[in-house]
Amino acid sequence: MKILVCISHVPDTTSKINFINGDTEFDTNGVQYVINPNDEFGLTRAIWFQEQQGANVTVVNIGGADTEPTLRKALAIGANDAIRVNATPTDGFYVAKQLAEVVKNGNYDLIICGKESLDYNGGMVPGMLAGLLNYNFVNSCIDIKIDGNTAKVTREIDGGKETVSASLPLVIGGQKGLVEEKDLRIPNMRGIMTARTKPLTNIEPTTATIASKAVKFEKPAPKSAVKLISSDNLDELINLLHNEAKVI
Amino acid sequence: MSLLIYAESSEGKFKKVAFELASYAKKVAESLGTTVTAVTVNNNNVSDLSKYGVDKVLKVANDKLSNFSAKAYADLIVKAAQKENSKIVLLSSTTDSLYLAPLVAVGLDAGFASNVIGLPVNMSPFQVKRSAFSNKAFNITEIETDTKVLALAKNSFGIVENQSSLSEENFEPTLTDADFNIKIESVEKGSGKVTIADADVVVSGGRGLKGPENWGMLEELASVLGAATACSKPVSDLGWRPHSEHVGQTGKPVATNLYVAIGISGAIQHIAGINSSKVKVVINSDPEAPFFKVADYGVVGDAFEIVPKLTQKLKEFKAANS
Repeated sequence: MKILVCISHVPDTTSKINFINGDTEFDTNGVQYVINPNDEFGLTRAIWFQEQQGANVTVVNIGGADTEPTLRKALAIGANDAIRVNATPTDGFYVAKQLAEVVKNGNYDLIICGKESLDYNGGMVPGMLAGLLNYNFVNSCIDIKIDGNTAKVTREIDGGKETVSASLPLVIGGQKGLVEEKDLRIPNMRGIMTARTKPLTNIEPTTATIASKAVKFEKPAPKSAVKLISSDNLDELINLLHNEAKVI
Repeated sequence: MSLLIYAESSEGKFKKVAFELASYAKKVAESLGTTVTAVTVNNNNVSDLSKYGVDKVLKVANDKLSNFSAKAYADLIVKAAQKENSKIVLLSSTTDSLYLAPLVAVGLDAGFASNVIGLPVNMSPFQVKRSAFSNKAFNITEIETDTKVLALAKNSFGIVENQSSLSEENFEPTLTDADFNIKIESVEKGSGKVTIADADVVVSGGRGLKGPENWGMLEELASVLGAATACSKPVSDLGWRPHSEHVGQTGKPVATNLYVAIGISGAIQHIAGINSSKVKVVINSDPEAPFFKVADYGVVGDAFEIVPKLTQKLKEFKAANS
């Protein structure tokens, strides 16, 4: 079984979000980059398939050379090899078209994406990739098992969960639940050492038009300070929620 | 070219977000001098759409669609858009709509913007404001393609009444076997409970509640408010509450009118997931808890005293105001 895990290189959750050049660009100054958390759950599940069912795990990222440490981290966690498509990930449609080329050239049985990245929160790449390839697609996945050519996948639905079966090849949009937080792996020294010699192939992008782009950024207006209400005066809280906030 | 909306139903009834989407679409359509067409699936009672400005509805009735299939639903939305020559297709931000949205975008070769939080800021070039960076910032996205797909964030526009005269048409798009390649094996769904996705109010508990046995008072407060219950990540990791109740960055996103956080300190990952809620109330014994920095109203004190008292007072308030 060949698995492709799509990795986004995103600012760490605790990063300060600021913009430069007249609010047209994200300020990367001092920002720590990590594997997108939704992708990391998927990667860890893929490593499980590698260890338990002999899968080969390839990781892929669309980005400049500065994103290679993120791919090396994925290799240190246990992926067999990595691909970097040397392009700026301008929009989800563009990224999905690049990934579709990688999938066509690599004949993967299972493509695992995070259901959304934590920077742009677009949530579009996994579905677009499946649509472009005309592969089966399950989003918001919290569990996946594979037996032969069939996957049993559980996805979150509003108010519960649903389990479906789908034949491979399959694209999933994954999230926490594929593995739990405690199952995530911190690369050990041996992993980091072997990652240095694992293959990381750079390829040039395929021609694709840009469907959309972020032209300007804004930060939320500063919030007014919290109104503190004494625990002896809960009537005042109810009054404020009713008359001021108008939510009850 | 009429605007097309997918008006989502559940068990034959429109979801509230369908009315919000219709209200939004009407406003966009008015500025473009055009109309709003809705496509619906297995919903016989569509007349309510006229209250929110929908001019025409394409009704799809097909037993095969009684179970959700993202591919089949996306295909029928694509076909409806082609039939109406719609250049703007609008969807809600439910789990199912966000599942099918990218498939619709590919089907129409359209640029897609999710988390849209306001009316287009510009029509040509087409620009909309959306939230990004886990609600820590907004970006103006410019869609370059001829056809555009937008997913409207819940509770970002509100429901606006705008009576129209609605024409109804049966619509029978051709669906293929490939549309039903994914087979549903089982569904687990709590019945009769307000879900986090549908709720206007969410009452959420953290580790400050000390143990799962103390959730009764939280559930009582939720019941008075007609709220869904939720929890922080440590609480679901400890197994005190099911994963489906975990809200935050790696859990479910919450965009309610009122979010009440009890015994939740307010880690940045938690705030990222709930920050688009309109009004936030925090009850916490630690006045230094970071949640107080993002909340609108706060009560410092012991949740075990405050919550039952608040529940009692709310009961009296509801009785006096109903």
